[in-house]
Amino acid sequence: MSLWEYIADRRDLLLFEAVQHASMVAQCVLIAALAGVLAGVATYRRPRLSGLATSTAGVVFTVPSLALLGLLIPVLGLGVAPSVVAITIYALLPIIRNTVVGLSGVDPALVDAARGIGMSRRRSLLRVELPLAWPVILIGIRVATQLAMGIGAVAAYVSGPGLGEQIFSGLARLGGANAVNSALTGTIGIAVLALLFDACYVLIGRLTIPGGVRA
Amino acid sequence: MPEAANHMSGGKGVPIELRGVTKVFPGTGEPAVLDLDLTIEAGETVVLLGPSGCGKTTTMRMINRLTEPTSGDILIGGRNSRDIDPDRLRRGIGYVIQQAGLFPHMTVAGNIAQVPRLLGWDSRRVSERVDELLALVGLEPATFRDRYPRKLSGGQQQRVGVARALAADPPVLLMDEPFGALDPINRARLQDELLRLQEELAKTIVFVTHDVDEALKIGDRIAIMQRGSRIVQYASPAEILAHPADDYVEQYLGGGSSMRLLSLTRVGDIELDQVPHATEDTDAGDLRAQAEADGRGYALVLDRLRRPRRWVTTKALAGADGTAGEVEGEPAGVLIGGRTTLQEALEALLNTDNDVVPVVGRRQVYAGAVSLGTVQQAIQTIKSRERDRRRRQHGDGGE
Repeated sequence: MSLWEYIADRRDLLLFEAVQHASMVAQCVLIAALAGVLAGVATYRRPRLSGLATSTAGVVFTVPSLALLGLLIPVLGLGVAPSVVAITIYALLPIIRNTVVGLSGVDPALVDAARGIGMSRRRSLLRVELPLAWPVILIGIRVATQLAMGIGAVAAYVSGPGLGEQIFSGLARLGGANAVNSALTGTIGIAVLALLFDACYVLIGRLTIPGGVRA
Repeated sequence: MPEAANHMSGGKGVPIELRGVTKVFPGTGEPAVLDLDLTIEAGETVVLLGPSGCGKTTTMRMINRLTEPTSGDILIGGRNSRDIDPDRLRRGIGYVIQQAGLFPHMTVAGNIAQVPRLLGWDSRRVSERVDELLALVGLEPATFRDRYPRKLSGGQQQRVGVARALAADPPVLLMDEPFGALDPINRARLQDELLRLQEELAKTIVFVTHDVDEALKIGDRIAIMQRGSRIVQYASPAEILAHPADDYVEQYLGGGSSMRLLSLTRVGDIELDQVPHATEDTDAGDLRAQAEADGRGYALVLDRLRRPRRWVTTKALAGADGTAGEVEGEPAGVLIGGRTTLQEALEALLNTDNDVVPVVGRRQVYAGAVSLGTVQQAIQTIKSRERDRRRRQHGDGGE
């Protein structure tokens, strides 16, 4: 059976898995983006706190994803829960770091001007600092998404949803019928998804980065 | 709704008074500002002048509470600034910083609209105000309204910065080295425009700079500061130049005080010389009599509208028997107006062959003349006038 026949044969299943994969990644990144930007906003004015936030996230980052998933099994069991938790945790780091970097990269003179013309701290953050830091934060989210794509594949190890299942079952049956097709389909599927997401980010960037600061 | 500072918007300047203001930054032993008293009259431009680190910027930032005073009171229009919410206070005080500090992600209009929006103006009023301000600072609204700051030159950016500060028509304007980053030509141009605007708007302006010439040009009064924001002298530019309070001030001015007085004084403000003159339909004999009485050997012939036409010598007049207009002579040459500074007048004098240059008023009508003697006399007069004033102020006449 050729790869093409394999895909055509399991179109519905593959489509379902792809949607599952995309949906899981999108939701995890969304959670991570909200939490990460909040953490960045909460800490960027205090270097020690923001240092702590990024280094904590950095330590988690050094744990291999497979190991983290394994560690989560006793706590959260199998399936969606450990997958979502692991992906979200990994996605946090680039987002927190880029939020802190982006916000502290805003020219202090502009913050001074914002406060000086009578903007409250919150307004200055929402109207001046976050919009100016947004391109950097968006890159963080983009990196987090690519990361989540990959870890989403590994999540199949704990019976998580998505295309990872194709890869793992393929690898488990190596030498058997359609083993390579299965693994390949999963891999290519994830790569295609990653490209689609990236295209989305280009679009989001176009729409949300204000004209005056667009590169 | 127009929440902010009804008492503080709408136009003309209000007085500012600093009473015993001290600022100690945490972690530094020496106070940045120590027990400072300063009274700024309504509608006056006061320049805080001093070397970097003398506390002038800190002093200015305490007025809009970007820096909170450690102790002391600041009264703005009679109200203690401590009693006003800092954000509201700042909406009633225009703020201009070096390199403009425009928000790069907003258009020119968006930048200018910030304070009116904070004050809750409706969008129609905001956009009308934006256009009005752009025109005021010399930028064509249709061209510049929708541009982003990075597409503007430094000078244009600072014009927008000034427009943003003026947006809600605040009575007070704080300017922190606003033209420091501009090239000399643009700096001079913006200074001129600030003077023009101020003539119209009569805001109370606190202007921080370390540039002596800028201070002398812009300020109605100048506070010369030393470390710890100690005010060494607080006086008009002319008085500071004529009578620096001490060696520090003299050193800071860096010499050339008389030359600087020349550039501060306008021809219209000094006593002009009068040369023998007559319109061209006058009898040549009358003009000759005048010229002989004067003794300088030449006279100025004016046309029927009393505009200077040409110089004639007594000798040429002696040989003529018609009207003054028929006498041959040299063209009147360069004419200077009342707004010309003495420095420019001197320049004109040095560049002509004549000893005197005619001064004209409106419609080029003859008003008098200046010579080297006139200029010298004017400087002496200014110096002695300032000296007398100081004597009166100090009572004992001690210097």
